[in-house]
Amino acid sequence: MARIKTIARRTFLIGSTAIVGGAAFGVYQINRDAPNPLVAGEGEATLNPFVLITKDGVTLITPRAEMGQGVQTTLAALAAEELDVAWEDITVLHGPPAQAYYNSVFLGFAIPGAHYKDTAFKHGLRQQVGKVGKLLDLQGTGGSTSMKDFYERMRYVGASAREALKIAASIKIGVDVADLTTKDSAVIAPDGTIIPYVDLVEAVRNVTAPDVELRDKSTWKYLGRPMPRTDMVGKSTGTAQYATDIQLDRMKFATVRMSPTRNGMISYDADIAKKMDGVEAIINMGDGIAVVATNTWLAIQAAEAVDISWAPATYPADTAGLRSAILASLKGEANSTVRDDGDVSTDVAGTEVTAEYYVPWLAHTTMEPMTATAYFTGDALEVWAGNQSPTATRDACAQAVGLDSAQVTINTTMMGGAFGRRGENDFSVQAALIAKAMPNTPIRMAWSRKEDIRNDFFRPAIAAQFRGVIQDAKAVLVDGKIAGPSVFHISSLRQQGSIPPGPDRLHVEGAADQPYSIPNFRIAGYLTDIDVPLGFWRSVGASANGFILDTFIDELAHAAGTDPLQFRLDLARSEHGPSASVIEAVREMSAWTGNTPDGIGRGVAFTHSFGTPVAEVIEVEDTGNGIKINKCWIAADLGVVLDPRIVKTQMISGVIYGLSAAMQGEITFSDGMVEQENFYDYDALRMHTVPKFEVRLLENNLFLGGAGEPSTPPSMPALGNALFDLTGTRARELPLIKTFDLIL
Amino acid sequence: MSKRLLINGSVHDVDLPDNVPLLWVLRDEVGLTGTKFGCGAGACGACTVHIDGEAVRSCQITLVDVWGEVTTIEGLGTPTNMAIIQQAWVDHQVAQCGYCQSGQIMNASALLHETPQATDQDIDDAMKGNLCRCGTYPRIRAAIKDAAQRISEKV
Ligand code: FES
Ligand code: FES
Repeated sequence: MARIKTIARRTFLIGSTAIVGGAAFGVYQINRDAPNPLVAGEGEATLNPFVLITKDGVTLITPRAEMGQGVQTTLAALAAEELDVAWEDITVLHGPPAQAYYNSVFLGFAIPGAHYKDTAFKHGLRQQVGKVGKLLDLQGTGGSTSMKDFYERMRYVGASAREALKIAASIKIGVDVADLTTKDSAVIAPDGTIIPYVDLVEAVRNVTAPDVELRDKSTWKYLGRPMPRTDMVGKSTGTAQYATDIQLDRMKFATVRMSPTRNGMISYDADIAKKMDGVEAIINMGDGIAVVATNTWLAIQAAEAVDISWAPATYPADTAGLRSAILASLKGEANSTVRDDGDVSTDVAGTEVTAEYYVPWLAHTTMEPMTATAYFTGDALEVWAGNQSPTATRDACAQAVGLDSAQVTINTTMMGGAFGRRGENDFSVQAALIAKAMPNTPIRMAWSRKEDIRNDFFRPAIAAQFRGVIQDAKAVLVDGKIAGPSVFHISSLRQQGSIPPGPDRLHVEGAADQPYSIPNFRIAGYLTDIDVPLGFWRSVGASANGFILDTFIDELAHAAGTDPLQFRLDLARSEHGPSASVIEAVREMSAWTGNTPDGIGRGVAFTHSFGTPVAEVIEVEDTGNGIKINKCWIAADLGVVLDPRIVKTQMISGVIYGLSAAMQGEITFSDGMVEQENFYDYDALRMHTVPKFEVRLLENNLFLGGAGEPSTPPSMPALGNALFDLTGTRARELPLIKTFDLIL
Repeated sequence: MSKRLLINGSVHDVDLPDNVPLLWVLRDEVGLTGTKFGCGAGACGACTVHIDGEAVRSCQITLVDVWGEVTTIEGLGTPTNMAIIQQAWVDHQVAQCGYCQSGQIMNASALLHETPQATDQDIDDAMKGNLCRCGTYPRIRAAIKDAAQRISEKV
């Protein structure tokens, strides 16, 4: 009964407050501080949900999951900047799932309009709507939101903790607070006496942390500089702990084989598997099986030996059938026309250019396959999982094993890559269910690589038709249609049980929201009604649309007889200054002339995504033994660069991820199942194929932009455009290995 | 069948079927979880360890076939006493998610042992079996060169 009440109330909050009538009682709820989930033990003090002081030092809760992007380091730097704690004294912890750690940016995406057009008012509106996330306990890492989310929040946390420590010191030594300063994890008295924060644990417990102003940017010591990452020593010595590294007494090892047709299991025969070495249990998971054994490898062997009959897929069974369905939806009714400038139906004189594009299904292939560790004791469940959504994971695990959320402990470990995959909670729930079937036995579950690829939540294939008109060497019309199944709808249905109303902007992001002034500019989204499980793949909609729109822009530039870089610059300049500046920056960095020697090709591309405009130039070379990528120049504008090394690393990482897919990434289906099964048939860039990089970070953007995703979309067209420059062949379909002799 | 292994200087008697790969002996039986599972097919290098100083893919070597002393990332150095190559990794801030890095470091350390003055081509040839989905390659290359320099200065 209690459960139903909770759910009903929550639904009510979503329905009436969050989305529709915020004025009713939402503002009070939103502004009220979320409870502090930290409980200070003996000799500890927690100043707010983010700062814990113990006798040994300062622990900062950095409640965004570390998937390699360096988020915990920069979150710590934000707090430390105000807290005046010495860098080496800091311990970071992800912390428990909690309302206090809600994502204050996610819901702001619901406000319509391209981000590059945001005014101060619009930006504020996004922030206000984002705060509703608190009411929903919406904690998550993704959408390149962490820095936007915590840029001010984490500094306030540090500042108010610092002032609380000063008040505590002032009481302790009888000196006026105004005469105290702080430095290197200590309060300093006017006479030079040093009172380390760790000595203020008792005194600060009764102090209420005051509200204070933030320091001026010009005084920053940590922010804006490359800070040593807090996870670096652990990751260089094999001591960093992932969910798959948890060691508990009497632990058993498990793996699963879930339906590769994503439609459940008809029957299974485990007679052989049961008798195999080390096997302790074979568990019917409903839509698959789990094997528990004394060793992970023995579990994987036994799982392979189970004879399973799968129910047929509900979506078209092969790649060709899926493609036909996507193409057919182009003829249906548009779901969105969120970009519709001028009138594309009028007769515009000029040179007409038309093109059709297609990009394939993609898997995430994080380096660490899906893993989780779980321990169920009847009235409690503890889960260790590298996950991007701790509150949702907690609730899903609780529901799966029939406990209350309060009885479930979630430990968010480091992740061996995520790229959007670990926002799902399927693997955590599986570990919880296996643990429930083996009560009082800790279970460490790992998927095989094959399971990881087949049972991914995919980036959908997308097809597009574009028509453009060039007049006096200028683009005067772009009419684009983009079709494919909806990531947003399919994932919302899976995670919230319903499809949000209104146009699906994610489906056309990277195309409809680009800062280009074209008098007649329309982008229409068409949704294909097929239920292949889809998920958020690094840069989401822009991962497909960035390639499609920018390749078309390149085609227009060539049709116009204009230098492709200049062509983009002309389109962007009047629309968005910072976007024009990053294009100019790569021109200068790469010494772009528009001409290349024989055997060398260069391409430029631009995408504005996640609040960050990014331009890239890629150079390719025909070695005579295949084509290789020589170099990539990247310019990006995040408004404020909080850690230049980490941001540059993210830019490079995003490009490598994008180029890997553009060159060779393709998931295919047959019999309703994914055909690829390991890195030998779904590979990525490697040491010998990765280009050299040069990155420049600009700070003209009005608002903070994201870092984790925005460099991925332009990487794919930049490569395609370079290959066109080299060979004269225009690839309108990915992966490029289908068209070009690339060195892999 | 019980087999005696010498790992990072300690003796371990392991009682598992002959065909269990060394990777899973290390991770699940011995409790050395620094060595990672990425593919189980010799296609990613995440599981790289040394046997008698040679870099091998531990997912491809069965327990019964282990022919010499095993060194894992934990045996190379520790957080308070890192090997030169690990220190270079930290100085160049190589890791992102970090999951591939034990394998990268073990492979690179064997490379430098064999080819102390590794060229770019040597690095390409030796490291191309080690996948990094985060794309840390440029810094891996820089760290290898730096470690080579430091090792040669030490000698
Ligand atoms: S796990 Fe051994 S090579 Fe991938
Ligand atoms: S650091 Fe993440 S896979 Fe290499």
